[in-house]
Amino acid sequence: MSRPSMCEALRGVVRRDLLLAMRRRSDVAMSVFFFVIVASLFPLGVGPEPAVLRMIAPGVLWVAALLACLLSLGRVFTADYLDGVLEQMLLIPQPLAVLVVGKVFAHWVISGLPVVLLSPLLGLQFGLGGDSLGVLTLSLLLGTPTLSVIGAIGAALTLGVRGGGLLVALLVLPLFIPVLIFGAGAVTSSLAGIGSEANLSLLGASFLLSLTFAPWATAVALRIALE
Amino acid sequence: MQWGSLTEFLAMGGYGLYVWTSFGATALCMVWEVLAVWHRHVSAAAGRRDLS
Amino acid sequence: MGINWFRYSSPQAFHPLAGRMIPWFSAAALVLIGVGLYIGFFVAPTDFQQGEAYRIIFVHVPTAWMSMFLYVIMAAWAALGLGLNARPSFMMAQAIAPTGAMFTFLALLTGAMWGKPTWGAWWVWDARLTSELILLFQYVGIILLRASIDDLRRADRASAVFALVGVVNVPIIYFSVRWWNTLHQGASVSMTASPKMATTMVTAMLVMTLGFWMYSIAVTLARMRCVIVERERQPSWGKNSAIQEVAEARECSGGV
Repeated sequence: MSRPSMCEALRGVVRRDLLLAMRRRSDVAMSVFFFVIVASLFPLGVGPEPAVLRMIAPGVLWVAALLACLLSLGRVFTADYLDGVLEQMLLIPQPLAVLVVGKVFAHWVISGLPVVLLSPLLGLQFGLGGDSLGVLTLSLLLGTPTLSVIGAIGAALTLGVRGGGLLVALLVLPLFIPVLIFGAGAVTSSLAGIGSEANLSLLGASFLLSLTFAPWATAVALRIALE
Repeated sequence: MQWGSLTEFLAMGGYGLYVWTSFGATALCMVWEVLAVWHRHVSAAAGRRDLS
Repeated sequence: MGINWFRYSSPQAFHPLAGRMIPWFSAAALVLIGVGLYIGFFVAPTDFQQGEAYRIIFVHVPTAWMSMFLYVIMAAWAALGLGLNARPSFMMAQAIAPTGAMFTFLALLTGAMWGKPTWGAWWVWDARLTSELILLFQYVGIILLRASIDDLRRADRASAVFALVGVVNVPIIYFSVRWWNTLHQGASVSMTASPKMATTMVTAMLVMTLGFWMYSIAVTLARMRCVIVERERQPSWGKNSAIQEVAEARECSGGV
């Protein structure tokens, strides 16, 4: 059998992770329900006044999506780490960074994409209208993969470390902050009528930049964790 | 000397609270850090003597 | 020059060398900070717009510069450690982190002290302040990450990777006042343009910065000595700690 190419390895990793996730559909549901619950807490805590809700909607929905991503980061590498598959991945001839991209993409499809698809509904709950809903969905579409790819660095650095969940949050949240600012900023400026192109372009740029460097940093972190 | 008296110097044109909190906090932190490193040095050296 | 610098790359040789250097850097720090304070309070004139409150600049700007400078130096040592697989480089990075965190905290605190009388607000969420706050989180993350990992080699390398990942924030802090319309004032000291501040003010600021730099070197060297002694007691790279070995033995015999 000839040596599989990078593309085939990538597809193999994605297919495997998605298959495993399908067998445990509760994982997908958990991210989504967490997003919905957290977003729903704010109207309950702040009061149902529509003007207030519309004002806080960009930030609240973005923070909820960010937290949902953060909480699901434990799942990117841990299962494979515990049953030894991750060590095997280090030995595959294909570059580890490519395999990381595959795992992160699968992770995003499981945790991030449902959030993106559900966001218009929650946006409506907060009183966001036509244009802003579109900007919200687009910003999350660009932002959640960025969060996944950056978050993977933290997940790799803290593999198997005690206090893991909190530690990942502490490491990764500072790196998330610019994405949050651009993402929520895009929706806010859309609400204010200013155009959201600037923030969306910055989001797109962040995604491309992190996609270029983060998988490589994650691969380095994985090697360090598994030596 | 541009300050008429010690009182003027401490008052800093009305901004005394801000100016002296800044300089005071800076001095305090630096002194604290020096003491902390000194304390760490003492404990590290003591620990080593225990083993030998 | 006749000195074999590589001799000092072993921790045992570095320990006494650092011990001899600390008094010199401490003395330099004291002198420079003393001179800086004198110029700042007794030579520099009162500012036309901000009154005496502007004098906070003589601690705010030096601490802010040191917070960024120390992060870059720490990241450089981290990169050296990862590249050369050299333990002393990681130890230097470990020694720098707490001092860098302290200066970042002071930069934020003195900035708030300056902001209240001049802008009317203790804190604003503009680009420069937010990114400096993120820098503090990064320092704390590096320190906590190292503290959470028991295996010394892994702790060294993981915190080094994290330090390098975060180094992208430093240029953001520096250029944020140029890229965004922020409330924070723009650059007052430039290499090429003539300074917009009185010369005495600039001098005092630079002298204080130099003093803080000497202080940082002295404290880092002292902390490095502590790290060297502490590591002599701990199990070395690659060897398991006694606790880990017992746990593994228990695992092998006890089952899953």
